[in-house]
Amino acid sequence: MSDTTQNGPMLAADGTPLKRSLARALRRQKLRALLLVAPLLIFVLVTFIAPIADMLFRSVENQIVSDTLPSTTEVLADWEHSTGESPPEPVYEALYYDLFLAAEAKEHTKLGTRLNYEYTGVSSLFRSTGRGLDDLGDDYLDALEEVDDRWGDGDFWYTLMSGSGEADEDLMRAHVKRLRQLTGDALPGKVGFAPSTEIVALLPKTTAAYADFAAYTALVDGDVVAEEDPWESVYVGLMTDLQGADVASYSGPEAEALQAAAEAAADIEYIPLKTFFGDEDEDWLNADIWATVQTYSTKYTSGYFLNAVDLQLTPDGIEARPENQRIYIMLFKRTMFMSLAITFSCIALGYPVAWLLANLPASKANLLMILVLLPFWTSLLVRTSAWKVMLQQQGVINDVLVWLGLVADGNRLVMINNQFGTIVAMTHILLPFMILPLYSVMQGIPPSYLRAAKSLGATNWTAFWRVYFPQSVPGIGAGSILVFILAIGYYITPEIVGGTTGTFISNRIAYHISSSLNWGLGAALGAILLAVVLLLYWAYDRIVGIDNVKLG
Amino acid sequence: MAETSDSGAFVAFERVQKSYDGETLVVKDLNLTMPKGEFLTMLGPSGSGKTTCLMMLAGFETATYGEIKLDGVQINNIPPHKRGIGMVFQNYALFPHMTVAENLSFPLEVRKIGKSDREAKVRRALDMVQMGDFAGRRPAQLSGGQQQRIALARALVFEPELVLMDEPLGALDKQLREHMQFEITRLAHDLGITTVYVTHDQTEALTMSDRVAVFNDGRIQQLAPPDRLYEEPENSFVAQFIGENNTLEGVIKSISGNTCEVQLDDGEVIAARPVNVSEVGQRTRVSIRPERVEMDKSRLQEGAHTLKAEVLEFVYMGDIFRTRLRVAGNSDFVMKTRNAPDQVRLKKGQQVEIGWLPDDCRALDA
Repeated sequence: MSDTTQNGPMLAADGTPLKRSLARALRRQKLRALLLVAPLLIFVLVTFIAPIADMLFRSVENQIVSDTLPSTTEVLADWEHSTGESPPEPVYEALYYDLFLAAEAKEHTKLGTRLNYEYTGVSSLFRSTGRGLDDLGDDYLDALEEVDDRWGDGDFWYTLMSGSGEADEDLMRAHVKRLRQLTGDALPGKVGFAPSTEIVALLPKTTAAYADFAAYTALVDGDVVAEEDPWESVYVGLMTDLQGADVASYSGPEAEALQAAAEAAADIEYIPLKTFFGDEDEDWLNADIWATVQTYSTKYTSGYFLNAVDLQLTPDGIEARPENQRIYIMLFKRTMFMSLAITFSCIALGYPVAWLLANLPASKANLLMILVLLPFWTSLLVRTSAWKVMLQQQGVINDVLVWLGLVADGNRLVMINNQFGTIVAMTHILLPFMILPLYSVMQGIPPSYLRAAKSLGATNWTAFWRVYFPQSVPGIGAGSILVFILAIGYYITPEIVGGTTGTFISNRIAYHISSSLNWGLGAALGAILLAVVLLLYWAYDRIVGIDNVKLG
Repeated sequence: MAETSDSGAFVAFERVQKSYDGETLVVKDLNLTMPKGEFLTMLGPSGSGKTTCLMMLAGFETATYGEIKLDGVQINNIPPHKRGIGMVFQNYALFPHMTVAENLSFPLEVRKIGKSDREAKVRRALDMVQMGDFAGRRPAQLSGGQQQRIALARALVFEPELVLMDEPLGALDKQLREHMQFEITRLAHDLGITTVYVTHDQTEALTMSDRVAVFNDGRIQQLAPPDRLYEEPENSFVAQFIGENNTLEGVIKSISGNTCEVQLDDGEVIAARPVNVSEVGQRTRVSIRPERVEMDKSRLQEGAHTLKAEVLEFVYMGDIFRTRLRVAGNSDFVMKTRNAPDQVRLKKGQQVEIGWLPDDCRALDA
């Protein structure tokens, strides 16, 4: 009694607020319910939500350029592409060391493939140049060994680079981080090397190249840095540094050897890296290629999405693709049109069947139901191939038409490997998805409604159209959503019977995923398809109302 | 019972038979005529053919044999929508996707009646069932009783001369059902509509109808006004089906005019009124209504025969006492006595003498 007379929140018998008490009582129940659905939830998360999220991410992700050429893109940012001139020497210098490390890690061809989507020919450019990078360093090494043959020695280099005094651990950390980004691996372990700040200040390019070498040797190859001969890029770095460095005042380990080398360097022919790249392939001097690299050096790009709608991202902004490269808008339109055509043919064919199913006596309805479900028990490939047999020019239907004299033998109908064939085969395959929801809705409409309408004076047609049909609309809605969404993403049937004019956007996605390996574009196409389906679903909800969809 | 031809008949079934499977007859030789304005109820257990008859009249089933006439015209081959018969269905069959007003307007629209006319008629029909405020509602938003009224209004809105009702009150609770029974009969009489009403509820049939046709096994067992049906059942099915009834089995010992003697199976001989027994030696069931059984000898005829009975159960029911007795070997013999101040309340196991007027004791077929 006291609970009901007091003011304030209702209290349970033990004095805790009733709401909290109730929540506690229900918590166990909720937990148990959650536990029951947990396997499915995890399954859906892992196999459905996560791949979709990954796909959406891939459609904008573009870290490969900045991961592979971090210094290059940084230096290139200051370059103005509109002048039409190739970038200055520092860009090529940065490119040399970036590319050298990438080539050692065998990552440069991936970048070539990526950039080739945007500019044809980049792929082979990267591959061929990657092979020639060593030559320049080898030449320098030969010249240096003539001065002092320890220049080819790993132990000597290790001593020189380690120097004396304070070690620059930060520089080493930056290079390890960079290598991790490039290879995409965690790369545990210790490098066991760090250059002294003194030598870093004196020979910045040499130490940078050596740090790359050290990190790679220790972390990727698992070798001891001091025992390995340095990369050719280190000699290129040394020669570049010696062009201006004042080594006379240096007093660290092996200072004498360094001073001797500096003296000799004046006699060794130094080739600027821009010249080197130009000799390797004159495309490196092409400003358009550099503009493309600059445009796609961002971590995230809209380029894939623009490609997916027949546009392209150029250094000067968004542009339409050349006429002969536009296919995706056309494919999207065709996919929509054919899915709609399939949905409508499914309604036209499925409605009467569902009506019969719902109104026949049980024994006959069961037989008919088996016929409806029969296609479900047959392999999709078998059914599709059967249509091929039926519809091809030397196929069953053409043979019958010729035999009947309706079609001349030399003029057989083309019914397969085009849109018609795809629509016929897919209508057949998706028909059960229309019939079943329609049937379940129609079963719920008592025959007394039709009788009532007739007793009120309606003709058969009026009774059907004004009374029966409106009540079967939820079934049509459910069936249409099912068929349309299945159709819009269908792959196998259009692939087999579609020819060139009957293929869907999904066939193109499959091509990019498994043949051209342009996953970003495939992902962007898939994301657009997903967005279109969601948009249509939303529109359907607004117009018809999703509450009006009954699946059973 | 079998009034084959009547020139004034509004509805007539003539020798109508119906079979669904070609092997058994669901309706066997149905003959029935109804004058204009009559309220006739078809009453019977399920499967007795009453709904089939109604559906044949409405046009949803075709008669296998025989003629069905409406206002003198044979309608066997006229499709239902041209018969102009109003119908109320068991589950109301209100169109769920239309409002109440649209439901009512539907029969007027298909008859191509003008908009203003239609609205006036819909309003009048809704007012008639006191549902004027519900025109904009959907059927799902109405209670069962309200849906029932709308279904009724819809069947009447196009002013049919004949209205068929197929167990329209079956889904309502008892109180509402009784109220609607009254409403329906009032409307039917006020509007002068001829009504065929199908039910398996005998109280409904007795309280509402001008005449009741009791169906069993595809035949009309008796067609009579309610009082005659109850008091003068013509066979043992009707006696059993309508109201509560006691039966005692035996053999006819003698018949003379309006009385006969029946020897019960335990040897007792009682007087009864012969109804459909004709010869001595025939087996018979004697039927006595529980409320006509008397304990008070002063209310029986001089020298009337009495039987010994043992009280098995005494139930106090407020207005009456219901006593179950064992009489002549029958332990389901029921006696109903009025709860009057001087009425004795019997005890279980008590021995009493009971009797009845010979006219209340009808010897029927076995």
